[in-house]
Amino acid sequence: MSSEMASEYAVSHGKAKAFYERYERKEELQHQTHFCPGCGHGQVHKMLAKAIDELGIQNRTILVGPVGCGVFTYNYFDVGNISAAHGRAPAVATGVKRSRPESIVIGYQGDGDLAAIGSAEILHAANRGENITVIFVNNAIYSMTGGQSAPTTLLGQKTTTTPDGRHTATEGYPLHVSELLATLEAPVYIERVGLGDNKQIAQATRAVRRTVENQVRGLGFSMVEVLSPCPTIFKMTPVEAQRWVRDVMEKTFPLGVFRDRTKDAQPRQLPEAGPALEEIPRILGVDIEGLPEGNAHAMEHAAEELDLRVRVAGFGGQGVLLLGEVLAEAGLDAGLEVSWLPSYGPEIRSGTSNCHVRLARQPIDSPLVTQPTVLVAMNEPSLRKFHSSVRPGGWILYNGETFPSDCGREDVHVLAHSFTRVADELGDARAGNMVMLGALLEITAVLPEASIDAALRRLVKSPKWVALDERALARGRELYRESLQEVGHES
Amino acid sequence: MRKQLMKGNEAIVRSAILSGCRAFYGYPITPASEITETAALYMPRAGGVFLQAESEVAAINMLYGAASAGVRAMTSSSGPGISLMQEGISYMAGAELPCVIADITRGGPGLGNIAAEQGDYHQVVKGGGHGNYRTIVLAPHSVQEMADLTALAFELADRYRNPVVLLADGFIGQMMEPVEFPQTAIAPRQPEYAVTGTEETRGNLVTSLHLDIDDLEAHQGHLEAKYRRAEKCEVRAEEWRTDDAEIVLTGYGIMGRILKAVAAEARAGGLKVGVLRPITLYPFPKLHFKRLAERARVFVVVEMSNGQMLEDVRLALNGVRPVEFLSRVGGNVPSHEEVLGFVREQARRTLPAREPEEERMANV
Amino acid sequence: MRDAEKRDRGLLRVDVDECKGCGLCVEACPPKVIGMSERLNHYGYRTATYAGAGCTGCGICFMVCPEPGAITVLRIVHRNADEGHGVEPAIVGASECASN
Ligand SMILES: Cc1ncc(C[n+]2csc(CCOP(=O)(O)OP(=O)(O)O)c2C)c(N)n1
Ligand code: SF4
Ligand code: SF4
Ligand code: SF4
Ligand SMILES: [Mg+2]
Repeated sequence: MSSEMASEYAVSHGKAKAFYERYERKEELQHQTHFCPGCGHGQVHKMLAKAIDELGIQNRTILVGPVGCGVFTYNYFDVGNISAAHGRAPAVATGVKRSRPESIVIGYQGDGDLAAIGSAEILHAANRGENITVIFVNNAIYSMTGGQSAPTTLLGQKTTTTPDGRHTATEGYPLHVSELLATLEAPVYIERVGLGDNKQIAQATRAVRRTVENQVRGLGFSMVEVLSPCPTIFKMTPVEAQRWVRDVMEKTFPLGVFRDRTKDAQPRQLPEAGPALEEIPRILGVDIEGLPEGNAHAMEHAAEELDLRVRVAGFGGQGVLLLGEVLAEAGLDAGLEVSWLPSYGPEIRSGTSNCHVRLARQPIDSPLVTQPTVLVAMNEPSLRKFHSSVRPGGWILYNGETFPSDCGREDVHVLAHSFTRVADELGDARAGNMVMLGALLEITAVLPEASIDAALRRLVKSPKWVALDERALARGRELYRESLQEVGHES
Repeated sequence: MRKQLMKGNEAIVRSAILSGCRAFYGYPITPASEITETAALYMPRAGGVFLQAESEVAAINMLYGAASAGVRAMTSSSGPGISLMQEGISYMAGAELPCVIADITRGGPGLGNIAAEQGDYHQVVKGGGHGNYRTIVLAPHSVQEMADLTALAFELADRYRNPVVLLADGFIGQMMEPVEFPQTAIAPRQPEYAVTGTEETRGNLVTSLHLDIDDLEAHQGHLEAKYRRAEKCEVRAEEWRTDDAEIVLTGYGIMGRILKAVAAEARAGGLKVGVLRPITLYPFPKLHFKRLAERARVFVVVEMSNGQMLEDVRLALNGVRPVEFLSRVGGNVPSHEEVLGFVREQARRTLPAREPEEERMANV
Repeated sequence: MRDAEKRDRGLLRVDVDECKGCGLCVEACPPKVIGMSERLNHYGYRTATYAGAGCTGCGICFMVCPEPGAITVLRIVHRNADEGHGVEPAIVGASECASN
């Protein structure tokens, strides 16, 4: 049985569908790229478009373009397009991919873009193992800006900013980005390919596809570095430039796979959907039901001019901030206006700690307490630092057996005691802050005990500590009352 | 009413998530670090993204990516980090991408110190990045406003497709005050320009590049029109007893609060003093100043910086009234007493002599 | 006219408007069946030209060409004549054009 065979031709290699039919975003020549004749960027564009076609991901792809001769990726690729600032494509791609993990995010960068100004961004995106693809077009030069040297410029290579050629003494050595990134744990695939001849181009085509496919499979960070001709800046014919890539550039930048963990890499799972909207207030701890009843022990009768200004100071670990917080929280419970401001930064590092607390009937103007009505000095340096700032008629509570005579003031009241020792006797020296707070509360007599109770329970989670703190507060109150009797005896 | 005590920095993050923000990229810096820390805790729980970036340069560009992908995104920093973000802010304004940036200011220039200062006004309000663009700037003065203005910031950022900066000083970031939050969370919405990796958004492009000169001019005209609209519709300021004020005190953030207390006391001493506290620093409440100038004899600007907002006040008043200036820098805060003394001094100089009044002592 | 059995496996089409005359395809073509035109195109480039015979359809010229659509390579398809056309007429037309 023989049948007549007819012969016809069909397209086997044609323009990829991932390219626009016409480049309508271009100002002119809408059927041509902007690349110079023989430009490696054009070849890489075609490889990428082919990979997108073959993997069937045109609708999922987001291309993040660079600043450099590759800046116009969005004119050509019919995919989602974002153009990044010079060198920042890996950061931009991170921002996209993290929020749209089901998309295929591809960063496209030149060597100035990636290896110089964007060196931090690429290093860290790689080190985080971002599940993105990076197409790195290394032409050993800043082409777009007219041929200045790049970190990848070869030794001896003349550029407009290395007119006598690149010297190690002044410009260091060509930066081997692929090798560098291959020292990191996270990347799954890193390969350097070239555009130096047919064989290299075939390999480059495979590598570009592979780096994209890795992402489709959810494997992680993949980069292909493509040694690429720039005939214009090299001042060579396209064929000479191609040969130069193969015969000269490749000697500095050997081709090969520097990392391939695609076999072991576990495909990443898409993150689970977030919680229902109704859940959000509870998750944030701001839902009304979860909050204590406001103004639980409101002090309707509190004096209009009530204005307690407390400065608490000591060293870190003495519970300075907590003392202030309990006071503020109790004030809130009592329906007062309150503010609490900690000292922050190096002050804390140097071991000292202090905070400002205000309780008032009227809205509080400044949370800063420069002239306290009560100073709680939990150690001597704090006393020395702040004693002179206390308002006349105010109080100094000092955590020490004897009050240093040179800190004495006629116009303020003083209660000096080893509150820490008292707390130690109660069970734990760390409750010294609560003994002092007890004394403060007894002296100022503005807050209902129920508010203190409520505040303590809110801020101190362990029942054991609540019990100890309660005893400490009570003891502090006693200490003040006892001191009054002593004064009474004296007088 | 149930309020809770919370740091301003923590309130920002909660409000952001309630406002539908689902991406946070930041780099730690005192006194803004709690924002990053709080976001690290809550953003993933709310189904959002948190990432500590390698730098503020990277952080703002991650925001650029997130905003391109149609996600409400924010970052936070302080002066030195905001300086590094200026590149990305300019790109985002150019590409018309919304985002919220919290600047919890500290002392400068250079490393300065970590105390509260207001020296970032110029770089934030005037736009420290390159090109013809503006950022909307909101200046909270309390923890409650940290929460409320964060919500507003996301709204404005989307409405104007532009970065919005929350400019607060270290005090407001670090202090705890009672605050309450809305009980309903806003659903994240996907804007039509977003590039999300779908068939529907395939034709979308986010870029700030307009190679053709007329194209760029047209684009800038479009941006300008947005800014004009914001200047018309978004100006916000708080006035306190300005109706009969002969002396108008003005300052933003923490200063606004101190000025109110000072004004109250000056009034108790018989001076007609009011306070105008700009809440939007851009757009600046120029008309408020012009209106108050009809009655006021003198304006007093108080800043924790070297005369930065002062310039905007002078521009707004355009010479019709004298503008006096009191400033403390380095992390010092003009004290109540200091400002009161200054106000009394201005009153003596500018207002017609009156019966000397008993100067009451501060009742404290 | 040659008969079906003697036809080349491949056929080259060059879009003369898109070709920038870089010559990479000329260099790359293994059987050396691409040359450069004497005539300049619209933009002033000499353009790649198929010699008219000998293309193997390997596609190398396509991959080395930096322009997305300057080169199209076609390959012969054998079909049962009874089954009608497997190839669109437009492409056949283009292939004729390309061999000019
Ligand atoms: C912040 C910044 N600095 C400098 C430039 C100017 N600039 C544009 S492209 C470029 C170098 C591009 O070189 P490369 O990344 O190697 O791309 P190529 O053009 O070589 O492909 C420079 C320095 C810029 N756009 N932005
Ligand atoms: S200057 Fe170089 S890199 Fe840029 S388009 Fe021309 S050939 Fe390509
Ligand atoms: S397909 Fe192969 S043989 Fe045919 S012209 Fe192209 S390179 Fe030459
Ligand atoms: S490689 Fe392409 S652009 Fe270059 S000469 Fe051949 S067809 Fe023309
Ligand atoms: Mg380059």
